[in-house]
Amino acid sequence: MSAVAVPKHEEAPVLEIPSRTYLNDGYSIKSWLLTLDHKRIAILYAVAIAIFFLMGASFALMIRLELLTPGGDLMEAETYNKMFTMHGLIMIFFVLIPSIPAILGNFLIPLMIGARDVAFPRLNLMSWYIFMIGGTFVLTAALFGGVDTGWTFYTPYSSVYANSNVILTAGGAFITGFSSILTGLNFIVTIHTMRAPGMTWFRLPLFIWAHYATSLIQVLATPVIAITLLLLILERGLGLGIFNPNLGGDPILFQHLFWFYSHPAVYIMILPGMGVISEMIACVARRRIFGYSFVAFSSLGIAIIGFFVWGHHMYVSGQSVYAGMVFSLITMLVAIPSAIKTFNWTATLYKGSISYESPMYFTVGFLGLFVIGGVTGLFLATMGLDIHMHDTYFVVAHFHYIMVGGEIMAFMGGLHFWWPKITGRCYPEFWGKISATLIFLGFNLTFFPQFIVGYIGMPRRYHTYPPEMQIFNVMSTGGAFVLGIGYLLPFIYFLWSLKYGKVAGPNPWRAKGLEWENTTSPPPTENFASTPIVTEEAYEYTHLPEAHVVRASTH
Amino acid sequence: MSEQAHTSAAHHDPFVAHQFNDRAQQAEAISLGMWAFLVQEILFFGGLFTGYTVYRSYYPDSFIAGSHHLDIFWGGLNTVVLIGSSLTMAMAVWAAQNSKKSQLVLFLILTLVLGSIFLGVKVIEYTDKFTHHLIPGWDFAWAEPHGHPKHVQIFYSFYFAMTGMHALHMIIGAGIIIPLIIMAMRGKFHKDYYAPIEVFGLYWHFVDIVWIFLFPLLYLIGRH
Amino acid sequence: MIGKFAFWPDLASSFAWKVDAIYILIILVTVLVSLGVYAAIVSFVIKYKRKSEDEIPEQIEGNLPLEILWSVIPLGLVLAMFGWGAVLFFELSTPPAEAINFSVVGKQWMWKVQHPSGKREINELHVPIGQPIRLTITSEDVLHSFYIPAFRAKMDAVPGRYTTSWFEPSKAGEYHIFCAEYCGTKHSMMIGRVVVMEPAQYEQWLKTGGATAVNTGETPEMAGARLFQEQRCMTCHQTNGIMAPVLQGLYGKEIELQGGQKVLFDEAYIRESILNPTAKITAGYQPVMPTFQGQVTEDAIMQLIAYIKSLAGAPGAHAATSPPTETKPVEPQATEGQAASPSTETPAVVTPPADDAQPNAGTDTPAAQPDEPQADGTDSSKEETM
Repeated sequence: MSAVAVPKHEEAPVLEIPSRTYLNDGYSIKSWLLTLDHKRIAILYAVAIAIFFLMGASFALMIRLELLTPGGDLMEAETYNKMFTMHGLIMIFFVLIPSIPAILGNFLIPLMIGARDVAFPRLNLMSWYIFMIGGTFVLTAALFGGVDTGWTFYTPYSSVYANSNVILTAGGAFITGFSSILTGLNFIVTIHTMRAPGMTWFRLPLFIWAHYATSLIQVLATPVIAITLLLLILERGLGLGIFNPNLGGDPILFQHLFWFYSHPAVYIMILPGMGVISEMIACVARRRIFGYSFVAFSSLGIAIIGFFVWGHHMYVSGQSVYAGMVFSLITMLVAIPSAIKTFNWTATLYKGSISYESPMYFTVGFLGLFVIGGVTGLFLATMGLDIHMHDTYFVVAHFHYIMVGGEIMAFMGGLHFWWPKITGRCYPEFWGKISATLIFLGFNLTFFPQFIVGYIGMPRRYHTYPPEMQIFNVMSTGGAFVLGIGYLLPFIYFLWSLKYGKVAGPNPWRAKGLEWENTTSPPPTENFASTPIVTEEAYEYTHLPEAHVVRASTH
Repeated sequence: MSEQAHTSAAHHDPFVAHQFNDRAQQAEAISLGMWAFLVQEILFFGGLFTGYTVYRSYYPDSFIAGSHHLDIFWGGLNTVVLIGSSLTMAMAVWAAQNSKKSQLVLFLILTLVLGSIFLGVKVIEYTDKFTHHLIPGWDFAWAEPHGHPKHVQIFYSFYFAMTGMHALHMIIGAGIIIPLIIMAMRGKFHKDYYAPIEVFGLYWHFVDIVWIFLFPLLYLIGRH
Repeated sequence: MIGKFAFWPDLASSFAWKVDAIYILIILVTVLVSLGVYAAIVSFVIKYKRKSEDEIPEQIEGNLPLEILWSVIPLGLVLAMFGWGAVLFFELSTPPAEAINFSVVGKQWMWKVQHPSGKREINELHVPIGQPIRLTITSEDVLHSFYIPAFRAKMDAVPGRYTTSWFEPSKAGEYHIFCAEYCGTKHSMMIGRVVVMEPAQYEQWLKTGGATAVNTGETPEMAGARLFQEQRCMTCHQTNGIMAPVLQGLYGKEIELQGGQKVLFDEAYIRESILNPTAKITAGYQPVMPTFQGQVTEDAIMQLIAYIKSLAGAPGAHAATSPPTETKPVEPQATEGQAASPSTETPAVVTPPADDAQPNAGTDTPAAQPDEPQADGTDSSKEETM
């Protein structure tokens, strides 16, 4: 990392990895697999999620390769259907939903609030094991031939007609849901009860507010998908008639129950990213986030309003017109808090002091892509327009802009931002910027053409398509390769940095926050030498921290 | 900067886990954790209640017909038994709060006994359903004049899903109460440390409340 | 147009321009706002680049008027989008009175279309310009969705119920039909084409037909009348109302059920009564009607419905007491090429409709299909079981 200039009025200290860190506190497998340390649990999640990400990305690659040509020439239709199903399942349940909360949240929340650990460390470890067991179910299903229902498992195809491993896969998703619930529960209790003295609610970093809101959704929404998947499994296994119209069941009830979770779930898949962005912008601009309480409350607003909009996935399902109107109206309302955040972040840059380091690149990339993702949601929320757009590539482009262009970009940015704290090492800045740029450009090339071909009428989940739509698909596949390289680079230089990277020191970015100012990089197992006492607001950049100093408390 | 480590005191208190500063924080955290867990459970059962409500509105006659095959005697008995067990559980919490060890053990054991009676009655009821071919997906047959077989099967699907899920929660509760009884017998709970009893009490009351909703919805449809 | 490259879908229905108009307007608004945000970000990032390592910028907490401004203005904009979108959706969901009714049945992996004239098509839909057309849509197996991008029309095909869609074709040409709800292996091959023709050409086509269309010689009403005989419905549903409700003039009316509830005698009710007759029994009657599940296809049910709709005349007994009390004259839904056959007349049966035996539709048998309606409902003259 290039630009940490040490203030000239002091001797440049020789930076060393601290002698006692959470990383060298035991080297055995047992010390990792039976750890109660939230930081080690975060690393366990990181390794698992990295592997799931590679798997999900491989399926995406297969999809894009098949779609290079209009005909179904690369693989059978059934295989293709399994590819997009597995891509969706893995990316949603095993990457997007856990990623930022289980990795960055687990690592940083106790540090940011001045606690020694989360409220329930054993529950935290159990969450990881539950996650791994659920993942094993899904991987086993993949080995047995996968599942081809789409990640949405719509009935009666999934409960009666599909020939693939529905029960195993739905079972895996069911199990993994409990990991999400328990993580959310742990974070709620931690944030409520374990803040350091002086850390009042409105002195919390916005990362914490974002995760608090996310945790509310995880705890309240996930049980509904759990029971829905359970009913689906029972129906398929026992031939019950709950969702099967031939036995008196209602397939649209399944959709209601499914989306009651899955819509709030998409907010699980963006709120944490927004928290990361708040932290990075504050540091990159050396400014308190403009409109702090508006940003904090908007996270809660998104979480709450997000529970009442699920029917916007069902405008043409046979749902009543009037119900659709209610959902459309409330969906429009949920857009406002996101807009408020975006404007506040932008205003934070105004008259800031903006550094040109890789977190800034990822932040600006996020803003660019998230804005497009967010406004395209408005198109889909508009009922009369959604008739044409529903189940086309317009929808695919919209949600990838938010989930990948938004959340994953924020996640990558957060990794780049907190990597020095987590590992004690710096990665090469130049490559960080290259990665951010490639991801931004590759992403746009991959997904922007999908808006166009979606409006032309190309439906989702199509193995073959009319030849006149080919040009857009070729552009999209080309972009996917650039995007892929952008994602692969960090794997290389992050791993390189573990051994050869420059030692970071406690606070290479000179950022405000207990995790930066009050502990070493990496931190010791107990996080702080002594419990910090908080006396100032968040992001108090009037007093710029030193890069190499660990404080016992705030100023 | 005069703050010193608060942590050392907590490290020496055997009743406080390492991540907490003191007992008060620990108790608050455990209590909030259990409440959050129970809210999640409400949503979990909520999905079943929603499905039940939808189908009851679609097929009222079949639901009434199916419900009439449930025995109000056993259902009513179970209701009384479960409410009784909530009473004994509340007494157990009181006993712990007042350091009354023998009463604590007694009330915990009574709670376990009543819970087991509940489960025993469920076995009786489920066996009866099995004999009468009322288990969906397993030899289900309905030959009564009222109610369409397919729709009555949906009623019984929800009956088993809801009471089964409830019974599972009871079994888990019974499983947890046993180590609590053992720990109580060893004198682990007293007025300065009774959080596990209190928090388990919350769980037990929740399971009771779910039954109080299940009973009228399933057993008392259309009865005058 | 099928085969022709374009950046924009064809506009081939009367309301397509309205959908495009809202699309373009929302694009303009969102592009404007987005460019504004982008311009701000880029200019700030450039202008406020950090000048020195220890630089501390001016700390600005916030600005309440600004917060209100950029909350209220977007709120106004999105509410406008909502309002316009809702009105448009309502229009796109409400077929005009003069719409003629086509029925569309989806099944893995083909679309079966029935014209009001009796003509049947597989994976194709020939329609005339200028005629509003209402589609009654259902599925025989899993969820599908009938989507014509050039018309901006889409509606899910849901097994177990009817959904409706409508459009008025406005431009001649051939356009795509897609299935837009994932339905299994050959989902992306469940496609077809809609052929929009000048009205005169359409009339011609109706008579002489195309390669894959079948001229059954029967309108849906005629086919329904025939089925009514074949399935022995008229044995109970006579005009005296003794054993079963009289169906004459009943369509579209509210009837009273045994429990006292009132329901609308509509397409969904008729379908349910054929498949689950004891579910909603008319007050004053016994639950003796047998179920026809497994004996009639979805197409056949639609034909029976068309027939029942067409039954005009003195309304029968549908209240609690047997003597008819209804006095209002009946207005059956106007259907093109209508057959006004009363219930007891034996219709002239020409050729039995050639059903799903048609080629060029993937017919891979799906997995377990309990109780699905049989593919062939034409030769069933089973004894009814009372």
